[in-house]
Amino acid sequence: MTFWIAIIGASAIAFALKFGGYTVPPALLEKPRVSRVTTLLPAALLAALVVMQTFTTGSQLVLDSRAAGLLVAAAALLLRAPFLVVVVAAAATAAGLRLLGLP
Amino acid sequence: MAARTDTADPQRKAVIRQGLSVAIATSLYGVSFGALSVASGFTIWQTCAISLLLFSGGSQFALIGVLGGGGGIGAAIAASSLLGVRNTLYGFQLTTTLKPRGLMRIPTAQMTIDESTAVAIAQETLPHRRLGFWVTGLGIYAGWNIMTLVGALAGNAIGDPKTYGLDAAASAAFLALLWPRLHRREPVAVAIAAAFVAAILVPVTPVGIPVIAAALVAVAFGAFRRLGDGDSTAPDTTAPTGDTT
Repeated sequence: MTFWIAIIGASAIAFALKFGGYTVPPALLEKPRVSRVTTLLPAALLAALVVMQTFTTGSQLVLDSRAAGLLVAAAALLLRAPFLVVVVAAAATAAGLRLLGLP
Repeated sequence: MAARTDTADPQRKAVIRQGLSVAIATSLYGVSFGALSVASGFTIWQTCAISLLLFSGGSQFALIGVLGGGGGIGAAIAASSLLGVRNTLYGFQLTTTLKPRGLMRIPTAQMTIDESTAVAIAQETLPHRRLGFWVTGLGIYAGWNIMTLVGALAGNAIGDPKTYGLDAAASAAFLALLWPRLHRREPVAVAIAAAFVAAILVPVTPVGIPVIAAALVAVAFGAFRRLGDGDSTAPDTTAPTGDTT
C-alpha cells in the first residue's frame, strides 16, 4: 500500500510538472536569470545522474565495472559513435569484466 | 518502420531514423528498470504502473531506489519530483514549437521527457522538430512500457541485471545525453561542479538529496554568474540548503 501511495503521488506530481511547462507564459522564459538556470539545469542533473548511476550503491561511493563501462562510453562518444553503440559498448564492457570475476 | 509516408523530404527520414534509434536504445533500458523494480520489492503491476503513469526514466529509478532502499514515501516522492522538474523546463522550451491545445496537452505533456526534447530541439525546422518529438516520444512510450513488462516478468529468470551490464548501460545513456551539452565552458563547469557536489554528499545525506543539491548548483550558476568561471566551487561539505533564491 505504501508503494501504491508513492507511485500515485509521484505520478501525479510528475504529470503536473510536465503539464506546467506548457502553461507558463513565454515572457517568463525570457527573463535572463530564468533562462540561464533553464539552460544549465539539464547539464547539472545529467552529470549528477551519471555519478549516482556509476559510482554509488545506496549511500556508498563505489568503484566497480560500471566505471570501466563509462570510460568506454566516453571513448565511443569521442569517436562520435551513435547512441545505441555507446550504450551497448558500456554494457558489454561491464558484463565482460564481471564475467572475469570483477565486481 | 512507417518511414516512407513522405518521399519528397529526405530529412524527414533522417529525423524518424534518429527518433527511432533513440527510442530503441532507451526502451532496452526499460528492461533494466522492470527487473530492478521487481528486485527492489515492487510487484509487476506496480512496476508497469510506474512506467505508464510516471514515465520519466530518472524519476522512476529515483522512486524505486529510495523506496527499495528503505526510504520513506516523502523522500521517494521528493527525489522523483525533483528529477521531474526538468520536464517543466522542457515544456517551456517546447511550448512555442508544439503549441498544444485542449486535450492534446495531455499526451504532449506525458511525452515530454529528456529524449523527446533532445531530438526535437536538435532539428532545424518547425515540422521536423514536431516530428522528432512525436516519433521519439511515442516510440519510447510504447517501447519503454513493453520492455518494462519484459524486465519485470523476466527479472527473476534473468537474474541480476548487473550480469548484463545494464547498470553500466544506464550510466552510458546518461553520459550520452549529457555529452552534446558539453560544447561550451559553462555547462562543463556546471556538470563538473554538480557531479562533485553529488559525489561528496552521497555518503553523508539520505538517498535523493545529492541530485537535488546538484540541481541547486545550476541555480547558483545561473543566478550568480558574476563569480566568473567557478570550476571547483565550495570544496567544503556544507550542504547548500536554501541559501539560494
